[in-house]
Amino acid sequence: MTTVKTGQVPLAHDSEMARATPRKASMIGVNSRKLWLTVLGWGVAILIFFPIFWMIVTSFKTEAEAIADPSLIFAPTLENYVEVQLRADYFKFAMNSVVVAFGSTLLALLLAIPAAYSMAFLPTKRTKGTLLWMLSTKMLPPVGVLVPIYLLFRDTGLLDTRTGLIIVYTLMNLPIVVWMLYTFFKDLPKDILEAGRMDGASTFQEVWYLLLPLTLPGIASTGLLSVILSWNEAFWSLNLTSSQAAPLTAYIASFSSPEGLFWAKLSAASTMAIAPILVFGWLTQKQMVRGLTFGAVK
Amino acid sequence: MNKVRASGRTVGGTRPLSLQAPAVTLLFLWMVVPLAMTVWFSFQRYNLLMPGMNGFAGLENYEYLFTDPALWSAMGTTLVLVGSVLAITVIGGTLLAVLFQQEFFGRGVARVLAISPFFVMPTVSALVWKNMMMHPANGVLSWVAELLGLPAVDWFSSLPLTSIIIIVAWQWLPFALLILLTALQSLDDDQVEAARMDGAGPLAVFFYITLPHLKRAISVVIMIEMIFLLTVFAEIFVTTSGGPGLATTNLAYFIYISALLDFDVGMASAGGVVAIILANIVAIFLVRMVAKNLES
Repeated sequence: MTTVKTGQVPLAHDSEMARATPRKASMIGVNSRKLWLTVLGWGVAILIFFPIFWMIVTSFKTEAEAIADPSLIFAPTLENYVEVQLRADYFKFAMNSVVVAFGSTLLALLLAIPAAYSMAFLPTKRTKGTLLWMLSTKMLPPVGVLVPIYLLFRDTGLLDTRTGLIIVYTLMNLPIVVWMLYTFFKDLPKDILEAGRMDGASTFQEVWYLLLPLTLPGIASTGLLSVILSWNEAFWSLNLTSSQAAPLTAYIASFSSPEGLFWAKLSAASTMAIAPILVFGWLTQKQMVRGLTFGAVK
Repeated sequence: MNKVRASGRTVGGTRPLSLQAPAVTLLFLWMVVPLAMTVWFSFQRYNLLMPGMNGFAGLENYEYLFTDPALWSAMGTTLVLVGSVLAITVIGGTLLAVLFQQEFFGRGVARVLAISPFFVMPTVSALVWKNMMMHPANGVLSWVAELLGLPAVDWFSSLPLTSIIIIVAWQWLPFALLILLTALQSLDDDQVEAARMDGAGPLAVFFYITLPHLKRAISVVIMIEMIFLLTVFAEIFVTTSGGPGLATTNLAYFIYISALLDFDVGMASAGGVVAIILANIVAIFLVRMVAKNLES
C-alpha cells in the first residue's frame, strides 16, 4: 500500500565501512542537533498552544489584571468562575453537550455498523457509488438547508430540544462514520468471518461476536471523532436551540457581546467549555488519528 | 432494491441491502427533503415579516440575488478563505510534521500541545483571538508589536479577512499536523538512512522520499478540510459579523444574513441553492480524488 518512489535517489548499497564512518564522526553533532531541535520543537509547540494557555491564565486574573500589560505574575483568583456560574448554569449546558454528543455518536454507530458491514463484506456494483454519494452529502452546506430544517423543526416541536439536535448531528456525522468503519472492516481478513459463517453463525452473531470485538479500536476511534465534531459544532446549535437544549457552543456565544470589559470572566467560561473535550482529545489523540485517515496512512 | 448478489448467496438470511437501508434512507431523506423545500421556497415570495405577500415569484429571487453585488463578493471571500487556509495548513502542517518526527527532549508533550487547537470549539477560539490576541489596545499581539517598536494593528478593521484566515488556519493546522505526522511514522527509516548515506541532502530526502510518501495523506487532509472550510460560520459570527462592510461575509454567512436577519425565506433559499450548486462543483472534483484513493 505504501510503496515509496525512490527511483530519483541513487540507492546503491555501499559497504559497511562507508556506513559506519560518518556516524562516528557525527556523534557530537547529533547531540547539539538534538538540542536545537528541542528548542525549535518546543518553541513552535508553545507558540501554537499560547492562545489556549493565555486564556486559562487570564481566567484566574481579576478583570483589571486581564486588560493590563501581559504578565504572569499575579495572585490567582477563582472569582471569575463563581461569577460566571451565577450568570448562567454551566452544568445545564455541559449536560446538553454530553447528551447530544454521545447520543448522536451512539445512534450514528448503530446505523453505520450494519451499513459498513454489508459494504465491506457483501459489496455490490453500487457499493462504491453509495459510499461516494454519502460523502458528497457532507459537502451540502448546512446554510443551504437551514431554512427548511428550521421550519420543519418549528412545526414538529423539535426546535430547542436535545432530540432535535441529536437527529441533526447523527445525520451530519453519519457519512464520515460509515466511511471510517468501512475502512476498518475492509482491513479485516475475510476468512475470519467466513469461518464463523461455516460454523453456522447468524449475521447478528457474526457481527456481535466476531466483527465488533476484532475492530473495536477502529470503532472507538470513529466514535471519538464523532463526539469531538458534535461537541464543537456551532452552526446548528446556534440556530436550532435557544434556552432548553443549548449546548456549550451556545453558552460561549452568549458571552460574546462586545460591551463592557469582562475578559477574565469570558476566559473562565471558555476554559470550562473546552476543558472536557480538550482532556478527552489529549487522552485519545493516538487512537483517533488512525480512523481519520480513511486507511490512507498505514 | 432487494436484489441478492449474483451468486445468489445471502448471508444468515439477511440481504445485504437491507443492512444499508436505514443509513441510506435516512441520509437520503436528510438530503432530499430539505433540498426540495429549499428549491421550492426559492421560487416563492416568502418573507416572514410580510405575511400577506406570499405567492409564486418565478425567478424573481434569483434575479435579485444575481444582481446583488454581495453575492459575488461572498463567493470571492469564500474562495480566498478556503484557498488561503488550505495553503497555510498543508504547507505548514507538512513542515511541522517533519519537525515533530525528529527526536528531541519532551517530544510527546510538545506534540500534544501543538495539536490542541483542533479540540477547541470554533466559538471559543474565535473569542480568544478576538479579545485576547488581536484586540487593538490590550491584545497580546499589539503588546508584542509595541515591544518591537512597531505600530499596533487594529486587526479586525484593517485586516478583517486576514484575521479570520489566521484564526481558521490556527484551528486546522493541528489537524493537518496530526494526520501527516501519523503518515510519516510509516516512512521507512532504512530508506531515508540509505539515501543519506548515498549523499542525499536533507532537501533531497524531503522532496524525493518524504513528500511522495505523504501524497495520499495530504489529499485526505485537503478533502476533509475542504468540507469544513466551505461552511465556516462560527468564527465569522463571533468576531466580525461579516464586516466591516462585506469584507468577511462568506457564502454561509451571506445566506444566514438573508434568512435569519432579513427574514426573507425566498431570497435565503435562492442563496442556499447557489451554495449547494457551488458545493457540488467542488464535490465532483473531490469525489474524483477520493475515488482514486479507493482504487489502490
